[in-house]
Amino acid sequence: MAVYEMKAPLSDEDARKLRSGDVVLLSGVVYTARDAAHKKLNDLLDQGADLPLELTGAVIYYVGPSPARPGYVIGSAGPTTSYRMDSFAPRLHSLGVKASIGKGIRNEAVKQSLKDYGAVYFGATGGAGALLSTCIKEAEVIAFPEMGPEALRKLRVEKLPLLVINDSVGGELYVQPDLRAAGL
Amino acid sequence: MKRISAQAVTKAVRDMCISANRYQPEDVKAAIKAGEAGEDSPTAKEVFRQLSENIDLAAGTGLPLCQDTGLAVLFVTLGQEVYVEGNLSEAINEGVRQGYGEGLLRKSACDPFSRKNTGDNTPAVIHYDIVPGEALRIAFMAKGGGAENMSRVMMLAPAEGWEGVKKFVLTRVAESRSNPCPPIIIGIGIGGTFEHSAKLAKLALMRKLDDVNPEPDLAAKEEELLGLVNRLGIGPMGLGGRHTALGLKILTSPCHIASFPLAVNIQCHSSRHEEVEL
Repeated sequence: MAVYEMKAPLSDEDARKLRSGDVVLLSGVVYTARDAAHKKLNDLLDQGADLPLELTGAVIYYVGPSPARPGYVIGSAGPTTSYRMDSFAPRLHSLGVKASIGKGIRNEAVKQSLKDYGAVYFGATGGAGALLSTCIKEAEVIAFPEMGPEALRKLRVEKLPLLVINDSVGGELYVQPDLRAAGL
Repeated sequence: MKRISAQAVTKAVRDMCISANRYQPEDVKAAIKAGEAGEDSPTAKEVFRQLSENIDLAAGTGLPLCQDTGLAVLFVTLGQEVYVEGNLSEAINEGVRQGYGEGLLRKSACDPFSRKNTGDNTPAVIHYDIVPGEALRIAFMAKGGGAENMSRVMMLAPAEGWEGVKKFVLTRVAESRSNPCPPIIIGIGIGGTFEHSAKLAKLALMRKLDDVNPEPDLAAKEEELLGLVNRLGIGPMGLGGRHTALGLKILTSPCHIASFPLAVNIQCHSSRHEEVEL
């Protein structure tokens, strides 16, 4: 397990060298999107319309932050559960998205798309939203402002602490529950 | 007869919304500290360390503990001798409106189909219980969506009994894996009807982690099942470890002779709730 400092957008080379269990301190540009923003992006793609973000090398953070307090750029901003974005993730990876940040397990289709397109799935600590927000230095709503916490935001992050959960060669960090030990 | 103004109710609810989302209860803080000491895995220790740091940071800055500041769930225990001057339900919702607005908490309430946000985190989910006496007690919980989504109600066959309960709970936790932000807290409601079991399960989450069920048989069952849950080894954030759950609490109620309602309400480690008496 290695520790890397990496810059987002992620290069293909950076994404492909990561292995599950690696720690990444990520700096650069990250986009926020939850279920509703993913659906909107998907609809825009269906219509052949321009997207409000550049997908090549993009890192998408599954988060709906709380409102910023005076003197802060953002409120608490920890990861939401990722499986709700599973139906959208493979298409975004096929178009250049190199990583998503969330918490919780992904389905087989997402894991396969990480292998197909050389991408990774990062985990951030769920329920540590105040702490993670200290790594966010700038935040700007760039699309869907009417959706409030679900709007698409462009963040500039510094050394956001992430764990590689699923890598581009089929590795996974989450443990399998020990059903036998629990008597199941 | 005791008179309580709607404004006093609004103020109390407002304050609890803000405070519960900022300050982790002492029992949860202690369990997270103990968790860090009780893990061997550096990854599990690091998750607990980050959670403790997050708790201190939230208390120090006023940032909410988690960006998901929850739907507002309230259990109101209204003494029969209390006269509330004004509209009690509206006073509670106004407290939620003010708390989530002025506290800069996330508004997470939306229409299920249109997904349009109601804009002020109302309506709150309010449960009422009428009891003798002159007290009005209001318990507030900020219930996040990630853990709530992992919760289930099951109508077991009565013959399945305790073995059926264990199997259902363990399977639910195993399938949830890292989704609900483990280490989790498990509220279990057994008995009553379909909906009553779910209410009991949520009410069980209001209990302190370090309390002991006054019924010895249930206390033993809680201990046994918590032990089995932790043998799953899911660990903090699903990364492996001894702490899959910090607590497991059971509440029961008599049920129909044909039924064995079972509700499992999952709570994340950020168990945010407070109670006030007016």
